[in-house]
Amino acid sequence: MSFVTCLKCIDCSPACEFEKQALYVCDDCFGPLEPSYDYERIKEELTIDKISKRPKNMWRYKELLPIDNEPTVGMNTGFTPLIKANNLAEVLGVKNLYIKNDGVNFPSLSFKDRVVAVALSKAIELGFDTVGCASTGNLANSVAAHSASAKLNSFIFIPSNLEEAKILGTSIYGKNVIGVNGNYDEVNRLCTEVIGSNKWGFVNINLRTYYAEGSKTVGYEIAEQLGWKAPKNIVVCMASGSLLTKIYKSINELVDLGLVEDNQTKIYGAQASGCSPISTAVKNGWETFKPVKPDTIAKSLAIGNPADGLNAINLLNDINSYSEDVSDDEIVSAMKLLAETEGIFTETAGGVTLGCTIKMLENGKINKDEDLVLVITGNGLKTQDPLVNNIKKPFIINPKLDEFNKIKY
Amino acid sequence: MAIVRIPTPLRRLTKEQDEVNSGASNVNDLIQDLEDQFPGIKDKICEDDGSIRKFINIYINDEDIRFLEGPETNIKEDDTISIIPAIAGGI
Repeated sequence: MSFVTCLKCIDCSPACEFEKQALYVCDDCFGPLEPSYDYERIKEELTIDKISKRPKNMWRYKELLPIDNEPTVGMNTGFTPLIKANNLAEVLGVKNLYIKNDGVNFPSLSFKDRVVAVALSKAIELGFDTVGCASTGNLANSVAAHSASAKLNSFIFIPSNLEEAKILGTSIYGKNVIGVNGNYDEVNRLCTEVIGSNKWGFVNINLRTYYAEGSKTVGYEIAEQLGWKAPKNIVVCMASGSLLTKIYKSINELVDLGLVEDNQTKIYGAQASGCSPISTAVKNGWETFKPVKPDTIAKSLAIGNPADGLNAINLLNDINSYSEDVSDDEIVSAMKLLAETEGIFTETAGGVTLGCTIKMLENGKINKDEDLVLVITGNGLKTQDPLVNNIKKPFIINPKLDEFNKIKY
Repeated sequence: MAIVRIPTPLRRLTKEQDEVNSGASNVNDLIQDLEDQFPGIKDKICEDDGSIRKFINIYINDEDIRFLEGPETNIKEDDTISIIPAIAGGI
């Protein structure tokens, strides 16, 4: 049932084409590869009616994902809630605000469950029995969980200074977890060298071409949950920048397939000031980014040398969009605001998304009268450390009614 | 001699060797030395104007040369140089 014809380099012109395999960079220029789909056939096959009759998971859009056979991993992943956030909308003065909450994704409470579902389904098709990843935490959780249920061996490389909850949330699945004394970029570099000497499928390296496509399901779901309508504005946090480019791609695919009307959708980026190579480039009008050494509480976004940074910058410039960054304090304030208004506990990355949205509403980059969707990518239970000294402590009393009555709120 | 780690996509040019040696004194010289040893490799690492391709990162002992002096960065005898595709990793 494959609709993928080949892998194409997105940088060469004319595009170099490659057979479907575990290949992640163009032989010629080292540029990124993307699966190339037969959209004419997809147009004939895929209808709204067909999609709506399928189970509520990310595979209901399987024709637009790069697998050749039926999916085998992630049959309960995706279709997370799209929440109409009226309370937060009122605080921000926005007309129509929606939160896409991937903090409750299955199995590991972040959007990474989508990309890993695609990568591992593909790994099985390509005959790998061992998979791995370099991760800032969420990807580690997801690869460990998905590979456990898919009965695959896995090697998971993380920076050794990750949040305790993210380490525990990886180790529980009984896979091989390697803490590396270094930042994400260093872990990642080590993994590219590990691949060279082992025949393993690393989801975000040699399977990256397939893996990254899983992010498109966020966009498909948003459009479907809005009643098959493309949103006007979307804000997404950026680490490598891939999620942003893939969500934008997903909306355009739906428009091209005639499943939604073109709404001139704009997508905006969000980064932490302590690691903002993409936002800094966009704000300064640079054509490329300068790599940075990350220093932020938003560890899931702490990629100083973003693999899709160039793509993200090109896209944001092409569509005349924008990208912001926020301080650690602003991140914590935004996390609290989202929790207090909408009852959603997001991780630091979600604080980045909301914090940057607030800035872009204030500086007029985003129009308050247009529909706005914020993509919340992970769950706050995983990143509690930065909150410990920033949250009101409980009142401590003895089990006596008069002590309770004396509390001054 | 410094050790140069070769990424998978370039190994067909280095006869599948994952590590090679070079006595070059800086990154520019290193690229020329690799070209002399393995004709065709410079074309893969550099654009037509000789600048390093945007999708390639070069590290000397774990430090990205963009944090050092770029292609002018000096190389010492006991250094290890890694050539890494920029696209790897993250999302």
